[in-house]
Amino acid sequence: MTVDEALLRSLTPKVLGILVRRGADFAAAEDAVQEALAEAVRGWPRNPPRDPLGWLVTAAWRKFLDATRTDTARRRREDLVHAEPAPGPVPGTDDTLWLYFLCAHPSLTPSSAVALTLRAVGGLTTRQIARAYLVPEATMAQRISRAKKTVAGVRFDRPGDVATVLRVLYLVFNEGYSGDVDLAAEAIRLTRQLAAAIEDPEVAGLLALMLLHHARRASRTAADGSLVPLAAQDRARWDTAMIAEGVEVLQAALAQDRLGEFQAQAAIAALHADAPTAEETDWVQIVEWYDELLALTGSPVVRLNRAVAVGEADGPRAGLRALAELDGSLPRHTAVAAYLHERDGDPQKAARLYAEAAEKAANLAEREYLTRQAARLNARKNPPGR
Amino acid sequence: MAKYLLLKHYRGAPKAVNDVPMSQWTEDEISAHVRYMRDFADRLSASGEFVDSQALAPEGTFVRYGGEGKPPVTDGPFAETKDLIAGWMIIDVDSYERAVELAGELSAAPGKDGEPIHEWLELRPFYGNAPTITE
Repeated sequence: MTVDEALLRSLTPKVLGILVRRGADFAAAEDAVQEALAEAVRGWPRNPPRDPLGWLVTAAWRKFLDATRTDTARRRREDLVHAEPAPGPVPGTDDTLWLYFLCAHPSLTPSSAVALTLRAVGGLTTRQIARAYLVPEATMAQRISRAKKTVAGVRFDRPGDVATVLRVLYLVFNEGYSGDVDLAAEAIRLTRQLAAAIEDPEVAGLLALMLLHHARRASRTAADGSLVPLAAQDRARWDTAMIAEGVEVLQAALAQDRLGEFQAQAAIAALHADAPTAEETDWVQIVEWYDELLALTGSPVVRLNRAVAVGEADGPRAGLRALAELDGSLPRHTAVAAYLHERDGDPQKAARLYAEAAEKAANLAEREYLTRQAARLNARKNPPGR
Repeated sequence: MAKYLLLKHYRGAPKAVNDVPMSQWTEDEISAHVRYMRDFADRLSASGEFVDSQALAPEGTFVRYGGEGKPPVTDGPFAETKDLIAGWMIIDVDSYERAVELAGELSAAPGKDGEPIHEWLELRPFYGNAPTITE
């Protein structure tokens, strides 16, 4: 029998919150919780506890006291004065929420915030995080330990900015998955937990966005691992239950009438998910949502995606006109130009642009996809055997 | 969060500023150089940015498929090969700017007279994962 890892990991932030509330400093408490989790993984299969949370709190507190005693003795030997401030959660706020804010604190770099969130809130081990991000375990251990030092003195006399937390969760989700941890599923779990702790339409918006994209995951890659673009995906393989949940979460968020960028992105994803076939996609409404998104963010990447949508709604010429207003050095600009020129009936130019775009691709899957597009058009120009 | 390769060349990179072969350094200068390289890697480990570091022997052989049922064909080394890799370091950093900064530090390793070598390092980005959300 194995341990219910999902249960263990969902209890992690609660246990950590309780230790910190009792006066433990965050860094030491976090180490103690990790040790208690490891002990639970070893011991629970034989002796499952009646009260898992109580068991973990007791075990973690014991670990914390042991470590503090050793540490205090060492410090005394070194003749150091122990004057560790104990940053604690604001009374009356949810411990879990406080942890999210701490782990995504603006003083942390994005990679540190991601690592700390996955460990302290997500309950993943350093080894699992290291493998997911393909770095040595020692490197990841240092990254986490430095992150803990960085936030050691942070006090929360008022709630942090939820937008910083959302950016961290978005990064985790967009990493996809490698190693033995499904980072996308983990990001959804953490965002769901956050949505339960705070009433905020953007948190719901991000959760909806993740669900709507995750629902299409099975259809996004072919059996050989190559990318399948949205228009060519087998829609029968989309997870309709997950789409329904995403749409429901999004509608509840939009009803609060406080639009933000994640809700707008989720609305676009929902319109894609809603189309029975690629041809039936409501591109006119999608362009409208891109306009909203652009007003909210001003992001050049949004402008580029908007040009694609304009190309579908009003024809490739209109798309190319929208594209012409944008900086040609934007990532994926050349790929979009190639696509629009092909639709505009210029396969030669499109083939050249696809090949050029392939050289600028930021990942291997995209490079292969773009190379194939160039090859497809070139083969049409020079059919084999002639 | 992006990985970069810092590529060190025996041959093929532009000439370094302090371009004196190691065999003409003093032993202390060699020790100082080795210490600098080790400390640099340790510092990157401590900052959570180190992935891997390897050095390569200068000699090598070209190998290719020899055809069905035949052994692989070996040849070389070819004198005309312009590029000869000496080793690499792989780092995992938050930005391109940080990667450039670290490459600059690595290139400052001391050489003859304890002066920085100003060696040219080739900085190459890894392909990352395909992001889930693109549209």
